[in-house]
Amino acid sequence: MSERQIQLEVLRYNPETDSEPRFQTYSVPCLNEWVVLDALNYVKDNLDTTLSYRWSCHMAVCGSCGMMVNGEPKLACKAFIHEYGDQIRVEPLANFPIERDLVTVVEDFIAKLASVKPYLIPKEDKPVSAGEFKQTPAQLLTFKQYTLCINCMLCYAACPQYGLVPEFIGPAAIALAHRYNQDSRDGGRDERQEVIASHEGVWECSFVGACSEVCPKHVDPAGALQQVKVASTIDWYKEHLMPWVKK
Amino acid sequence: MAKSNKPIFWGPFAAGGTITAFVTPVLVLLTLFAALGFVPSLLTYEHLHAFAANWLGKLVIFGVILLSLWHAAHRLRVTVHDLGVRADGMVAIVVYFIASLGTVATLFYLLRI
Repeated sequence: MSERQIQLEVLRYNPETDSEPRFQTYSVPCLNEWVVLDALNYVKDNLDTTLSYRWSCHMAVCGSCGMMVNGEPKLACKAFIHEYGDQIRVEPLANFPIERDLVTVVEDFIAKLASVKPYLIPKEDKPVSAGEFKQTPAQLLTFKQYTLCINCMLCYAACPQYGLVPEFIGPAAIALAHRYNQDSRDGGRDERQEVIASHEGVWECSFVGACSEVCPKHVDPAGALQQVKVASTIDWYKEHLMPWVKK
Repeated sequence: MAKSNKPIFWGPFAAGGTITAFVTPVLVLLTLFAALGFVPSLLTYEHLHAFAANWLGKLVIFGVILLSLWHAAHRLRVTVHDLGVRADGMVAIVVYFIASLGTVATLFYLLRI
């Protein structure tokens, strides 16, 4: 197994002692098949126990180890060392306040996610005895891709609009709203549109497309947002030009 | 949160985007061919003049140019904002003014045919 000495430049910030963030460099002997998260774990275990960062599954499922690796939003568990040079710079996710070291404050995203009601709001309440809600493979296909979102927030770190306009509901939350709107069992679109069709909703998106480029699960939030724009535009014309048409 | 009226602007913007993606490259290519002296009989001056003289032809030409200009102006405004220029009001006035100028000129020349 080949081993390489990597200079890992990590952003450090302790709100209790530091007036501003600084970089600290660790020399880490990395195996070729390691990911950046392995290197961070090596630092934590062997070099500096005070380093703080979030992680859990180490297999791109939990979405907690999102961070900037050489300036790009990445899951640390999916960023392979062999794809980088001998110097790797690791910073907390862009566009979020820093809580400590690589840990960001994510309350803003959590609140936005909750505001779009990302859960099934059944069209009709039916008792369990009435049986299951059936769905064809074609119906499933209209939203399956959007169910793969793991809430890692890489898309928010990549989105220049979110950086400029913090009120923007953002890619993942709108893509998830779209996921439930597209679900044949769901009847909650009108409730979600109150948030989605607002100015801070989908209309802050300028279709830069960076969200889809960085998404580790290939959700394509940018595509979802364009579909939401088309649907919201049709809504608007219906509401204003054909008010007699019942939804 | 109140629903946005953005669809009024976004509808023509999206239509313009579709035209810019599918029609504009063809027009650029045909114009290039014409510039190089290769003009298919269907695209001779007489044929195109006759097309522009018909009210339906006028409408098509006007629609293509209006929507393309509107799309380009709006796209440029948003891109400039993404690049970090914070004078959105000023940028909006400049780009929409240029687009309006082009639209009015199109109308003027079409009505003269």
